[in-house]
Amino acid sequence: MIVTVLSNESLRPGASDLRIRADASARRPRAGQFAHIACGDALLLRRPISLCDEEAGVWRFVFEHKGPGTRYLAARKPGDTLDILGPLGRGFTCEPEDLPTLLVGGGIGVPPLLLAARRLAGTAHAVLGFRAASLAVLTDELASLCARTAFCSDDGSLGTRGFTDAVARRLLSETAYARVLACGPRPMLRAVAGAARAAGVPCEVSLEERMACGVGACLACACRVRAGAEETFRRVCLDGPVFDAETVVW
Amino acid sequence: MDMNRDVNMAVPFAGLTFQNPVAVASGTFGFGREYGLRFDIGRLGAVCVKGLTLRPRAGNPPPRVAETPMGMLNSVGLQNPGAEAFLRDELPFLRGFNTLVIANVSGDTVEEYAALAGLLSDGGVDMLEVNISCPNVKEGGLLFGTDPRSAAAVTEAVKRRASVPVMVKLSPNVTDIAEIARTVESAGADALSLINTLMGMRIDIRTRRPILHRGMGGLSGPAVRPVAVRCVYQAARAVRLPIMGMGGITCAEDAVEFLLAGAHTVAVGTALFKDETAPLTVLDGLDAYCRANGVSDIRTLTGAMIIDS
Ligand SMILES: Cc1cc2nc3c(=O)[nH]c(=O)nc-3n(C[C@H](O)[C@H](O)[C@H](O)COP(=O)(O)OP(=O)(O)OC[C@H]3O[C@@H](n4cnc5c(N)ncnc54)[C@H](O)[C@@H]3O)c2cc1C
Ligand SMILES: Cc1cc2nc3c(=O)[nH]c(=O)nc-3n(C[C@H](O)[C@H](O)[C@H](O)COP(=O)(O)O)c2cc1C
Ligand code: FES
Repeated sequence: MIVTVLSNESLRPGASDLRIRADASARRPRAGQFAHIACGDALLLRRPISLCDEEAGVWRFVFEHKGPGTRYLAARKPGDTLDILGPLGRGFTCEPEDLPTLLVGGGIGVPPLLLAARRLAGTAHAVLGFRAASLAVLTDELASLCARTAFCSDDGSLGTRGFTDAVARRLLSETAYARVLACGPRPMLRAVAGAARAAGVPCEVSLEERMACGVGACLACACRVRAGAEETFRRVCLDGPVFDAETVVW
Repeated sequence: MDMNRDVNMAVPFAGLTFQNPVAVASGTFGFGREYGLRFDIGRLGAVCVKGLTLRPRAGNPPPRVAETPMGMLNSVGLQNPGAEAFLRDELPFLRGFNTLVIANVSGDTVEEYAALAGLLSDGGVDMLEVNISCPNVKEGGLLFGTDPRSAAAVTEAVKRRASVPVMVKLSPNVTDIAEIARTVESAGADALSLINTLMGMRIDIRTRRPILHRGMGGLSGPAVRPVAVRCVYQAARAVRLPIMGMGGITCAEDAVEFLLAGAHTVAVGTALFKDETAPLTVLDGLDAYCRANGVSDIRTLTGAMIIDS
């Protein structure tokens, strides 16, 4: 669909906060789903960006400027149009339950957890980690959308010094959770999945892989998973990006 | 010509009739289920399905794709569920649409190609597309397509077992594409398709490692189009076989170049990844091109390039 940019602001140096109005016919996005966004005529491939938030048909994307695609997106002005496919993929399980859900986000993996927190209607707990306070995004908003929030950073400039999995491990030992939903760099996901397994709590992780079609047709975005006794490749774009952590072959 | 008169879009091709000359390229369209949710597959001339092998194949580890200037490298590595699972689980779905189904096949040995030809023609596909040009697997693949004798051996073996027309898909990674085209024609092929991807490579200068897990991959998209048009032109001059042209087609104007160079039909692949309805954009654009240029029958464009001497 061709959508109009409503706003596009800098969140911090090197990161943008872009809002668009989706078509009335678009499906309502689930947390963990993504949009596949065309980045101008000069770039052949679309770029996958997670839905960070959705309210009344306004979709929000928060992204870091990595290369030409995300730089193109960062340069869009209100009133410009964007060519977007989505919402695509399988999202997080976000049902409010008797026990709270624990959200664990690292770095630019944090944005999709905002929509998860919103869908969980204020009941979630969150652990958010960044390399440094200067690289943090969405901390205040997540704190206000969650019942409990803990921060950490590699250098101690935000919250406790250390990694999210250590904080998650502590919370998992103190509180009974319905499930863990995690998004961030792969080593973090693996460690968080280990912590959840040790606590006997189901865990879902959002994986990244380079994509072409984004809709399941080209098999570019393979990730290795266990299906029964066998290992096979699944498509991050259609079978994921969110997977049951127990099936992922790290 | 009267702008309101219908343009004849139907194309006879290796004993079959394409309702129009626009197909989708193998490996870019899966088995149609995903794009089938997005547009009417029944409008296509043909669907070339993802490359099939005798046994299921897991494919290569990721990363499998890297962007290049107006192109992309892929090294999917023929991930597919195997020919039997295709016939059981996928062909009935594709049969629900008014389009030709072309089974793209790859083998590690001549015997495997022959077995696939028997299995799939008995299973009810309309045509075989023999992939002797895949750069993304260790054995077979490209090897068969770069050596004329092997190309002839595969073609003959497939022809012996096939009860449907056989189209052989050529690689651009050869010194003389006309020679391979002639060899495959003599070996009994009913049609040619070209081009498959061009071997390429990208290196991440930060990590000093190749971007693709397998190092090299196949280049497709607009970046290869002039190479593809040249290959079609050379092949068309070398043989009498009908040709399905492909490589970087994104719009009708691109497709017309292939027709003028000597293609009878065209396939759209990589363009789908940017524009999900690219094949229909090409089809509708061809109709408009014909109307605007007084072309009443699309077939008259084939090989109609003018060379001033
Ligand atoms: C499901 C999913 C959701 C994502 N959500 C977000 C998000 O909310 N915010 C955010 O900042 N980033 C997100 N990313 C990462 C984002 O897609 C990449 O940063 C972006 O594609 C980089 O494009 P580029 O042209 O700026 O950079 P380049 O590095 O120049 O890109 C070159 C090519 O590699 C691909 N690529 C590079 N990095 C990645 C990556 N990490 N994952 C997948 N493909 C990559 C690009 O798509 C492009 O095809 C997500 C990735 C996936 C798979
Ligand atoms: C992701 C991808 C997978 C492909 N898989 C196959 C395949 O299985 N068999 C085959 O014969 N060609 C395969 N191809 C090659 C295409 O069918 C086509 O020949 C080539 O991409 C050039 O056309 P295009 O530029 O329009 O994509 C693949 C191409 C891509 C991009
Ligand atoms: S990107 Fe094509 S299958 Fe996932």
